Amino acid sequence: MADNTNGRGHPEPRFDQFVSKATSRRQFIKGVIFSGAAATGAGYLLTLGGCSGGSGSASGVERLLTLNVNGQTRPVDVLPNETLAMTLRYKLGLTGTKLGCDRGECGACTVLIDGVASYSCSTLTHAVRGRPIMTIEGLEGPNGELHKVQQAMIDELGPQCGFCTPGQIMSAVALLEANPTPTRDEVRHALSGNLCRCGAYDHYLNAVMLAATGERVSQA
Amino acid sequence: MSRDMMSAFELYQPDTVDGAVDLLGRFGAEGWALAGGNDSFDWFKDRVKRPKYVVDLGGIAALKGIRESADGGVEIGALTSLTEVEQSSVIQGRYKLLADAARRVASPQIRNSGTIGGNVCQDARCWYYRYGVDCYRAGGNTCYADTPEGQNREHCLWGADRCVAVSPSDTAPALVALDATMVIVGPGGQREVKAEEFFIGPNIDIERMTVLEAGEVLTAIRLPAEWSGARFYFEKVADRNTWDFPLVNIAAAMKVSGAAGSETVDAIRIVAGAVQCVPRRLTVVEEVVRGQAKTAETASLAGQSAVRGATPLNFNHFKIPLLQNLVTRAIRDA
Repeated sequence: MADNTNGRGHPEPRFDQFVSKATSRRQFIKGVIFSGAAATGAGYLLTLGGCSGGSGSASGVERLLTLNVNGQTRPVDVLPNETLAMTLRYKLGLTGTKLGCDRGECGACTVLIDGVASYSCSTLTHAVRGRPIMTIEGLEGPNGELHKVQQAMIDELGPQCGFCTPGQIMSAVALLEANPTPTRDEVRHALSGNLCRCGAYDHYLNAVMLAATGERVSQA
Repeated sequence: MSRDMMSAFELYQPDTVDGAVDLLGRFGAEGWALAGGNDSFDWFKDRVKRPKYVVDLGGIAALKGIRESADGGVEIGALTSLTEVEQSSVIQGRYKLLADAARRVASPQIRNSGTIGGNVCQDARCWYYRYGVDCYRAGGNTCYADTPEGQNREHCLWGADRCVAVSPSDTAPALVALDATMVIVGPGGQREVKAEEFFIGPNIDIERMTVLEAGEVLTAIRLPAEWSGARFYFEKVADRNTWDFPLVNIAAAMKVSGAAGSETVDAIRIVAGAVQCVPRRLTVVEEVVRGQAKTAETASLAGQSAVRGATPLNFNHFKIPLLQNLVTRAIRDA
């Protein structure tokens, strides 16, 4: 790959080599994750690979962990400095969890750890061994039916662009587990750790209130 | 430039405090004690701090939980999450000041993973320092915030000594107001330090904000029975209602006697955050208020006395009336 590095040691992403116009971005990323040979060409994965290399000392060694994700037991090789968001997205293929800021400042990466809403970008994967992790992918029912918060998001047209929605939903699910009958202010407080750059906050509040009460707030 | 992955380190996850202290002692300056990680990971991801060995304290069960102690006080394990502190019935019932302060920290998810020990041990939030420049606090010989163009509206009113950073914590002023004791374990054994002496300014050591020495771990915070169930007041003013650090916060604990409407202040401790490198105990206010009737006049006088000697920088003059008003409100409404 020496011919297409960018001078800083990172190969330039060459998406055109791998992705045809008929393939969606999502399918492409999932395809890359599950095919080891192509993985080195994906820009997304390079940041991870680049870091694990480095010195070649013991500090870069992956260790096999067993994670409990969405009720499944998932063995996965994890670096000491790897965040849960990295593991979920780039090793387990659970790309529903989004990475926005990667600094605990936006909430897009929110997942449930022991049922508690947590920023997966600010959690070391090694620290959640054996603890139940729930991502947006784990919300659907046994027959593929949506969680009531997900359905309410559709009914209330909650999201605009949708990037922050998985995090907003996970925060709402954590709230409704602890407090099934929240007030609108309590919902606002529970979602206050999730930014929405479209500013669809009120729509999200409408949706969570619909999920909690079964009654529509908006006039739509 | 890709800065989304931390540089490599070796991770240690001890089960006991002794194990953690032993590891940190062995690693010295190359080691790093990790609690909730909300402060640490920012440093790591920005590549400003690159420890070779990280000791995760999160697996030490002895550092978690809230216990009522035999002397009538309460002991909070340093790794107890801010959410647990906020929702604890004991803290809400007896030390509501601390519950109110914990509730105003950052965002729900950060309170879920962030610990009370980490909240008081977090590093300065001066953005020049955080950016990784060679300022005094980082071992250099310049302060970038205290220059004619320096953006310093978040910085200090008191205690500038080369560095003008402030204490960023919301729980720290509450702990000083409650006269808490910090329990520290290090290679030499255990020692206890009053919260008021736990925090240090740049005049004592410009490269750290607490008395914690390398290899020492804050293990617990003890709240004395003396201020259990007192009158409390906590208020935080920030640019945003969530996620943000305080521009100024105020924590007061007060004991009053007499009938409602004609109360006298018998005892008081009042502390302001984000105006100095340490939580600033307002002893002048305490002198002004103690023994006086709890009236609007007393409150007003207290507010005026709180800001005596404040030395603003170019962009933080607004903190003076802000602090004055917060102190007035605290005395009036506690």
